[in-house]
Amino acid sequence: MKTESTLEKILASGQLAVTSECGPPRGALPSKVQEKAEMLRGCVDAVNVTDNQTAMVRMSSLAACILIKQMGLNPLLQMVTRDRNRLAMQSDIIGAYSHGINTMLCLSGDHPHFGDHPGAAAVHDIDSIQAVEMVKKMRDEGLFQGGQKIDGPPKMFIGAAANPFADPFELRVARLAKKVKAGVDFIQTQCIYNVDKFEKWMEGVRERGLHEKVYILAGITPMKSAGMAKYMKNKVPGMDVPDDVVKRISGVPKENQAEEGIKMCLETIDRLKNVKGVAGFHIMAIEWEHKVPEIVERAGFLPRPSF
Amino acid sequence: MITAERKPMEDLIKFVSPYRRILLVGCNECVTVCSAGGRKEVALLSSALQMHFMKEGKPFEIKEMTLERQCDPEYVEELVPYIDQVDAVLSMSCGCGVQEIARRFKEKPVLPAVNTKFMGASERQGVWAERCVGCGDCGLARTAGICPIARCSKQLLNGPCGGSTRGKCEVDPDIDCAWQLIWDRLKALGMTDKYEENLPAKDWRPARGAGPRKIVREDLAS
Repeated sequence: MKTESTLEKILASGQLAVTSECGPPRGALPSKVQEKAEMLRGCVDAVNVTDNQTAMVRMSSLAACILIKQMGLNPLLQMVTRDRNRLAMQSDIIGAYSHGINTMLCLSGDHPHFGDHPGAAAVHDIDSIQAVEMVKKMRDEGLFQGGQKIDGPPKMFIGAAANPFADPFELRVARLAKKVKAGVDFIQTQCIYNVDKFEKWMEGVRERGLHEKVYILAGITPMKSAGMAKYMKNKVPGMDVPDDVVKRISGVPKENQAEEGIKMCLETIDRLKNVKGVAGFHIMAIEWEHKVPEIVERAGFLPRPSF
Repeated sequence: MITAERKPMEDLIKFVSPYRRILLVGCNECVTVCSAGGRKEVALLSSALQMHFMKEGKPFEIKEMTLERQCDPEYVEELVPYIDQVDAVLSMSCGCGVQEIARRFKEKPVLPAVNTKFMGASERQGVWAERCVGCGDCGLARTAGICPIARCSKQLLNGPCGGSTRGKCEVDPDIDCAWQLIWDRLKALGMTDKYEENLPAKDWRPARGAGPRKIVREDLAS
């Protein structure tokens, strides 16, 4: 075991892991974090805490992680390379670990162009793959990125994202291989609606044996409505929503669309459970956190293992 | 080359309004090529300013000059005979030329008439695109001759990000995804193996990380 991370323990035990996420509030109210996280108690193994998601200012991921940790849950610190240079990232990583946060996700982050501060400079001192290398060096060699020794290295279980649906598709397996080479421990994927394409990507992953080097958590986001399906299809960069998904949810009366969305996501989970190399699920119920316990239960993932 | 675009007319009018006699100086190098501040643009701007102030009934005199290179002291020296006859200089060169005039004529206000944009190339008639950020440590040998620092919106050295769609950048469908271009070139060159070499975190000191930069060539320096 590389770390004390509960997520690592569950994945290492061979059981399907379940993670979900909590987007911090646009203000300083701790109760907003606590209410969202409370909904996830007992039904997930780690709670991703987003880092200024969609390039909008929110309570810092680190602060919200600490609040969640204090509740006895397992926060997962998301960190984007957009807002911080390598100094700031490393100081937050050791700061997080000093609070017992031992699981993190390295991302490049949405471009400021999409957020509410479009005039902000994007930092991108390092990229997400270099961030993985940096956190691994901090953990395994006890060295800062600059080469100096760390007095009390942070032992982080290191995650990254993968989008099997972005272009060019033919190098999406190779990009995962780069992250594996950098030393990533687990992957949370983009939301999966095009299951055929995801399975094709997994085939490529298995051909290269990457599934034996990294735990892959399949990203699942239930559709709340036909409107959301259309929005995700047309407006969200890098999202692949096939026509039949939009058609199916649009085909039921408005009042039943939410239930149809949940059913669809459960069917996806059921199908992916049997895909070799899928080590768990990352359920991103965007502003719909209260549905996560129901999804996890209906998917047959309860009770969660304890370590 | 260095590309530039002329500032809006209202900004330029505001700049020169406090003065009666203006020296309008163009440059025969990059800003001529990108049609922002060469002899032709100097003549056009000069006429436009004269017309504006004539309409306002305000006394206004403008002298036009276009130097071979405004970023070179040797050519800036050509302004000496005229500088005392004007109240301010309006420069149509890139920021380098504006600053060279400011350095040479310490007591003369100098105003920029263009916005200096980027180092780029002409994609077709009338279109220029960014190619280089002058990072001081060229990595084009590692990325198939296409610079991800200048051309990827997130300057990813290990791209593409998850927002690359049909060869375009998520930020703007008019921007080519630099990593799609790199991948296509690697394929054409039979060098796709190179893609999986992780490029290390960049040392930004040769860029601007160690403050403003200078080149000293001992063999040439006087």
